[in-house]
Amino acid sequence: MDKVRQAAVAARIRDIRNRWLLSAPALIIIFVAAVGPLFVMLLYSFMEKGNYGDVKFGEFSLDGWFAVFFQRDLFDDTLGLADAHIAIIWRSIKLSLSTTVLTLILGFPTAYFIAMRPPKNREIWVFLVTIPFWTNLLIRTFAMQQIIRNEGLLNNVLIWLGVIDSPLQIMYTDTANLLGMTYVYLPLMVLPLYASIERLDFRLVEAGYDLYASRLQVLRRIIIPIVKPGLIAGSILVFIPSLGAYVTPRVLGGGKNMMLGNLIEMQFGGGRNWPLGAAISITLMALVMIALLFYVRNASRNGGNYHG
Amino acid sequence: MARRTFNIQAQPGFSFIALFTFFALYLPIAALVVYAFNDSESLSTWGGFSTRWFVSASNNSVVQDAAGRSVLIAIWAAVLATLAATMAALATTRSPNYRGLTFKYAMINQPLMVPEIVTAVALLIVFSRIKVWTGYSGLGYLILAHTAFCIPFAYLPIRARLESMDLTLERAAADLYATPWRTFRRVTLPLLRPGIIAGFMLAFVISLDDVVITEFVKSGGQDTLPTYMLGQLRRETTPEINAIATVFLVVSVVIVVILFLLNRRKQ
Repeated sequence: MDKVRQAAVAARIRDIRNRWLLSAPALIIIFVAAVGPLFVMLLYSFMEKGNYGDVKFGEFSLDGWFAVFFQRDLFDDTLGLADAHIAIIWRSIKLSLSTTVLTLILGFPTAYFIAMRPPKNREIWVFLVTIPFWTNLLIRTFAMQQIIRNEGLLNNVLIWLGVIDSPLQIMYTDTANLLGMTYVYLPLMVLPLYASIERLDFRLVEAGYDLYASRLQVLRRIIIPIVKPGLIAGSILVFIPSLGAYVTPRVLGGGKNMMLGNLIEMQFGGGRNWPLGAAISITLMALVMIALLFYVRNASRNGGNYHG
Repeated sequence: MARRTFNIQAQPGFSFIALFTFFALYLPIAALVVYAFNDSESLSTWGGFSTRWFVSASNNSVVQDAAGRSVLIAIWAAVLATLAATMAALATTRSPNYRGLTFKYAMINQPLMVPEIVTAVALLIVFSRIKVWTGYSGLGYLILAHTAFCIPFAYLPIRARLESMDLTLERAAADLYATPWRTFRRVTLPLLRPGIIAGFMLAFVISLDDVVITEFVKSGGQDTLPTYMLGQLRRETTPEINAIATVFLVVSVVIVVILFLLNRRKQ
C-alpha cells in the first residue's frame, strides 16, 4: 500500500517537473523581454544621468526621482514643485477619467442594445464592435484625425449646416485627446458590459415594474447594481490604457497636450534624462497598479453575488 | 391594452445612443477608406475617384521594405509565441493546483498589465546596452520583444480550448497502450488545433499592429509599416497614407473575420 502511494507521489513530482520544463520557454521569453527590463529600469531610475542620454553606470543618485515632483530654480536655487510634470500627471488622470465616463455613456446603452437583440443576431452586433478593436490603433487614431481636423468631415458638415462660420480648432487640444481615446478604447467598455447585461434576469426588472418603479428607477436600482461587475471591468479596461496612452496624444494632442506616455518618451529622446524617464515610468506603473488593486478589491466583493 | 404592449426591456434613448455609437465607430474608418481613393494631392479636397495612391504606395520602396519587415517579424513572433504558449498552456491546465501555478499565470499575463510605453522604454534601456556590448543590431530584438507580448494573446484561446477538452479520449488512447507522445500527437494535438490556429492568428495581428514597442526597440532603418506611418503622420500627409492604412485595415479585418467564422463553426 505504501509503495503505491510512493509511486503516486513520485509520478506527481515528475509531472510537476515536466510542467515547469514545458512552461520554461514562455517564462524565459517574458522574463528576458518584459519583466526583467522593468527591474533594470527601476535600477536606472536611481542612477546619475549620462551627458548624452543613458546613465553613468554605478553612480547612485536620487535626482531622477527628485525631478519627478520637484525642480530647483535656475536663479536662486530654491526648491519648487515641478509644475510641468505635475500638470501632465494631472492631465493624464483627468483625461483618463473623462474617457472612462464618456465611453460609459456611449458604451452602456450600446451593450444594452446588443443584449436586447434576438439571440441569433447578437453575435453579429458584437462582431461589429470587435472589428474596430482588432484594427490597428494607429490607423483608428489617424481615422479620427480625418474627422476632427480643420478641413475634416466634422467641420465641413458644421459649416455646411451653418452652425459655425470658421472651422473649430479641435486638433492639438485636450478635446482631441478625449475624442480620440474614447474612439479607440470604446470596444473595451462595450464588450465586458455586454457580457454582464446579457445574463441579466429580466424577471427582476419585471418585478420592479410590478412594484410601480419608473424606468429610471429600474435602471438605477435594479439593472446597474446587477451589472456592476461588468461596469467596473469595462471602466478599468478603458482607464488603464488611457493612462498609459502614447500614440493617440502624440498624433492628436500635439506637443502642448502631452500625457504621461509622451513625457516619458521625451526624457529618453530630446530630454536625455533617462533616470527621470525611468522614474516617471515607474510612477505610471504605480498608478496602474493602484487602479488594478481597486478593481481586484471590488471584483472580489461583488463576485458571484447575483448570478447563481 | 397599453399595459400589454409595455416593453420591460426598453430604456428611453438607449437605441438612439447605440445606433449613434455604431455610426461613430465606423464613420472615421469609412472616411479614411474613401479618401484613399481621392485623386487630389491633399486630403482637404476631393479630386475625383482614383486608385493612383494604391499604385504609388505599392511602388514606394520604403513602404515595400517596411511591409516586408512587418510581415517577417509578425510571422516569427507568432510562430515562437504560439509554440511557447501551447507548451505553457499544456503545463498550466488540467492539473490540481501546484506550487508556482499562480506565479506562471502572473508571468504569462504580465505583458497585458503594464502600459506599453513603460515596457517600451525598459526594453530600450536594456537592448541599447546589449547592442553596444554585442555589436548585433538585427531584427532579433524586435522579434524577441514581439514574441513576449504576443504570448498572452496566443495563450488565451489555447488554454480555453484545453480546458473545455474531453479527457476521456486521451485516457482511452493510453488504455490502448499508446505512448504519451503518441497520445499527444494523435489525440491531444488534433483536438487542440482550432485553439492553436486562433492563438497564432491573434498573435500575428497583435504583432502586425504594434507601434509603441517597435518604435523604441528598432534600430535605424528598421521601420515596420506602423512606425513608418507614425513618422509620416508628423508632416502634411497625402492620400498615400490612407491607401496604406486601407490595405492594412483589409488584412486585419480578413483575419478577424476568419477567426470569427472558425469560432462560429465550432459552436
